[in-house]
Amino acid sequence: MLDGPTLVRALLACDVTHVVWLPDSHLGQWENALRSEPRLQLLRVAREGEAIALAGGLLLGGKRPVVAIQCTGLFEAGDALRNMIHDLKLPLFMLIGVRSHLAYQRGQSNDTCPVFTVPILNAWQLPHVWLAESATADDLAALHRRAETSGKPLAVLLSE
Amino acid sequence: MQLREALEVLAQERGGKVVITTMSSISVWPQLSDTPLDFAYIPSSMGQAPALGLGLALAVPGRGVIVVNGDGSMLMNLGCLVTLAAYPADLFLLIMQNDLYEVTGGQPVVGAGQVDFAGLARAAGIKRVYSFPTLASWKAGAAESLAGPGPVVSVLKIEGKLGQKTPLPPRPMAEQISRLRAALGVQAS
Repeated sequence: MLDGPTLVRALLACDVTHVVWLPDSHLGQWENALRSEPRLQLLRVAREGEAIALAGGLLLGGKRPVVAIQCTGLFEAGDALRNMIHDLKLPLFMLIGVRSHLAYQRGQSNDTCPVFTVPILNAWQLPHVWLAESATADDLAALHRRAETSGKPLAVLLSE
Repeated sequence: MQLREALEVLAQERGGKVVITTMSSISVWPQLSDTPLDFAYIPSSMGQAPALGLGLALAVPGRGVIVVNGDGSMLMNLGCLVTLAAYPADLFLLIMQNDLYEVTGGQPVVGAGQVDFAGLARAAGIKRVYSFPTLASWKAGAAESLAGPGPVVSVLKIEGKLGQKTPLPPRPMAEQISRLRAALGVQAS
């Protein structure tokens, strides 16, 4: 998975203004890099649906936020997601950590998170793409630019 | 106080702030104000208006954003009070406490008559908290509560009404967003 400095380079390359997040044990490794970058405002929330609505307000006001949450939070945040990307049609860009996905691929996990993440995204009609383990800052920046060009929301999935 | 009476005072005192309405207030507010700075959050994700308003307030500092929220909506997202306290912005949250889910037929909210929203807001770390149990107190304190720096939480005691219809948006969401952004002088990111 991307390390913190690589993530920050990618976000700055895309002129991202805010990172709205509720970290898990993997995404949480970005904490120091995000917190020490003054060009990014790190916004912590209490629940993932709140992260999506907060990012929605930032988008309404012309800012360029990214939401970073775990897939479990995605499951909880369904109504906020539906509202922001389908009712308000805001081009939300999300980074979603998929718990246990690496072990699941090896047949070494019974965690149901990898089972339900993609079907949930499909149900909400949220375009998504897996970020390769070897991905670079340029790769992530390219995905952000692609989403921006399309004017559509995009969820980037990270294997945990 | 009646919801309409409360909103009439708000219409007089809101100045140039954005007003985000939810649920029952959506049915009344367009009769009092219908400018590009009035945003009827419908269709909505119930409970998320304070977070939406905070994001907007952070994006356009100095403007001021008022969120008119119901108590049922607040109960769906109490954690937002902590977030509002953590990121100071000119966000003015009005909690219209009628103890009912008015638009679903008037069923009581959980904890009806017992929840101290002002106390919850203070406990979450919000410094400026007001309680307005009567129309007279709201008329007397509205200007002060809507001035100065945010975040501010004001709790208004509202008489619940049965038989309310589900609110309808005054105009399509895309049009609301377009004219709000134009009024704020911001472009889509």
